[in-house]
Amino acid sequence: MDLRLYIAQRLSAIVMIPLVFGHIGVMIYAIQGGLSADEILSRTQGSIFWFLFYGLFVVAVSVHGAIGLRTIISEVLKLREIFLDLIMWSFGLVSIFLGARAVSAVTWI
Amino acid sequence: MMKGYRNHPLWYAYLLHRVSGLVLVLFLPFHFYVLSLALTKPDKLNGFLHWTEIPVVKFAEFGLVFLLAVHLLGGLRLLVLELLPWSANQKAMAAVATAGAFLISGTFLLNAV
Repeated sequence: MDLRLYIAQRLSAIVMIPLVFGHIGVMIYAIQGGLSADEILSRTQGSIFWFLFYGLFVVAVSVHGAIGLRTIISEVLKLREIFLDLIMWSFGLVSIFLGARAVSAVTWI
Repeated sequence: MMKGYRNHPLWYAYLLHRVSGLVLVLFLPFHFYVLSLALTKPDKLNGFLHWTEIPVVKFAEFGLVFLLAVHLLGGLRLLVLELLPWSANQKAMAAVATAGAFLISGTFLLNAV
């Protein structure tokens, strides 16, 4: 694997350590009494903190997931570099787009 | 027949990290899509969230939380091995990662049911 991809993979992982612990905490808290759209929105809507928390999370997880997917596919399928890069960039950009839409859906007023 | 190197705890730690990462990455776009329904189709989101009350779905959620937690802790193990000058107790770290993930996802399940 390219050294830059290796570094991006490790940096995105380090960024996500506190985010994943926080996300697990949120899930355990939020699941109590069941989930509804109102319950989610009442916690998240208009919150700059959750906007930044999950905004950063979306960027980091998109980078991390795209590179991880590239690594797995390269080891299993032995595709040419150009196709691996195409898959990585496609997944990463689609993930950032969908993630940004999700974060804005639950935090924007 | 099982290859020799596969019959080793750290091979299972590698397998668990890879499988959890793959499942999580495939789950992610779906997760984002469902959350964005809050903006576009709130009724559809509530219909979907209602569906999550089914016990088997709760168990699947437990599985996802377990995979997230085990990927987190397994990743911490890798970062420790790569970035810190430690090399002893590798098997213990793999075991701690798995046990910790069960603890975290078990807490989730107890709160979910």
